[in-house]
Amino acid sequence: MSRILVIAEHDGSTLNPSIAKTVACAAQIENAEIDVLVLADSAAAVAAEAASLASVNRVLTIENAANAHSLVAILAPQIVAAAQNYTHIFGPSTTFGKDLMPRVAALLGVNQISDIMSVEGSHQFKRPIYAGNVVVTLNAPADVAVVATVRTASYKAVESGNSAPIESISIDADLPSHTRFVEAQAGSSDRPDLQTAASVVAGGRALGSAEDFDLIYTLADKLSAGVGATRAAVDAGYVANEMQVGQTGKIIAPDLYIAIGISGAIQHLTGIKDAGTIVAINKDEEAPIFEVADIGLVGDLFTIVPELTEALG
Amino acid sequence: MVKILVGLKRVVDYNVRVRVKSDGSGVDTDGVKMSINPFDEIALEEALRIKESGGASEVVVVSVGTSEAQQQLRTGLAMGADRAILVATDDDPDVLSCARALLEIVNREDPGLVIVGKQAIDDDNAQTGQMLAALWGRPQATCASKVELNGDKATVTREIDIGSEKIEVDLPAVITADLRLNEPRYVKLPDIMKAKKKPLDEIAFDELGVEAGPQILQSTYEPPSERDKGVMVDDVQGLVAALKEKGLL
Repeated sequence: MSRILVIAEHDGSTLNPSIAKTVACAAQIENAEIDVLVLADSAAAVAAEAASLASVNRVLTIENAANAHSLVAILAPQIVAAAQNYTHIFGPSTTFGKDLMPRVAALLGVNQISDIMSVEGSHQFKRPIYAGNVVVTLNAPADVAVVATVRTASYKAVESGNSAPIESISIDADLPSHTRFVEAQAGSSDRPDLQTAASVVAGGRALGSAEDFDLIYTLADKLSAGVGATRAAVDAGYVANEMQVGQTGKIIAPDLYIAIGISGAIQHLTGIKDAGTIVAINKDEEAPIFEVADIGLVGDLFTIVPELTEALG
Repeated sequence: MVKILVGLKRVVDYNVRVRVKSDGSGVDTDGVKMSINPFDEIALEEALRIKESGGASEVVVVSVGTSEAQQQLRTGLAMGADRAILVATDDDPDVLSCARALLEIVNREDPGLVIVGKQAIDDDNAQTGQMLAALWGRPQATCASKVELNGDKATVTREIDIGSEKIEVDLPAVITADLRLNEPRYVKLPDIMKAKKKPLDEIAFDELGVEAGPQILQSTYEPPSERDKGVMVDDVQGLVAALKEKGLL
């Protein structure tokens, strides 16, 4: 039997949506018992949310004021102490999980698997490399813990409605004081979250300016969609870094992705290939985005986008 | 003033579209252009800027790889690094073994700061900096978009999913560079000539006495599944109709 520990990502009050997908990946492993570990200052609300997830066997909490800001150098030794009897330790492939899990793996003296996209067996997984140009099958040794991050875009969130037991645990670990939280600046947006939105509208460098990126926002608002951007649009300063989609940004899987003025560099395409339907609007009919688009429209975005926004009423 | 150690990985160039070998045994890299991993280039640029502004005494570049990685180390020297170390191996060491080898170099060099790229664009693992920090027992500040050194501390702005976060770490520490930390300089011809005279030491990986990590074996390589070819529409009406047909509007 596999005993899997999923590390909860949260902001102190709510569970990050990536965890329901990480649990979904863990649940693909046959005969698995899945526990979720919540490390927090005050864990009750997050733990309750985790306990509601289908397939979760138990929620464990470690409450400590030092855990208030999810600093991975402080979390990692606690996870190592709590994970002794687990065969697998999973985290989401978010900036949090990618920061944390290699540190956990190194403390355990094992290698780590990044971005599981498919479970082939309890110790066999597939993951993308070379910006998603290649998929490799990995075979992890069975005599040590599998420490991994899960490519959440490859999984649908498990249902809620469960009521798994919640247990507070105490562990013995030395916590470092060498890393301190200063401040966080969340992007100011009341739009749907890019990583969980059913629809996403994204713009590229062809928008030409931050002002003209408003075309994207206006269309997104009509569709109640999240807003994304290419690396080029972020580098050019049209939008904030957290909106970048692709190899080095966010990997997303909305039902509908509308790519506007996006040529479709491979590094961008790897971030959207799991989208349900991809729509491309671009003036260059040779643009690579049309090779992956389900619906393509060649033309000037400055004419088409307002027209589309209008047509949606 | 601190010494800064920068990790450089030799990778298939950013612009190359790699192909899987027909027998699925690996990725075809024969005759393909190789470069410094772009994120490592950003890491080096940051180290050079810190040194040029008087914040560091020396910048040392290190690579774990085959003797061909000397090319990338020479490029690093041409960018402005003072010296280079090649940890030479014909194998492709796993990330943990690589981090352990880097720790041996750290122990010998005693840097105040290690900067590496946040991920390599070949395996996209994004692990080396974090593993080194863990083994070293020191802080890590990953995905850095701004680094400010202040005596024996560094304040690092990190790019995270919700926006950005600022953390303070005691030195020595490991920082991993994100895209927007800086724009690396171009190498000029005279610098390439000068770099030929800079020291490049080679240490055999096996001499470091590094214990290999439990191996994760890579078995088959395959191209990703392709999306089906879509349809082209002529105008906005056609687009709206197509979206309605799919039940998306």
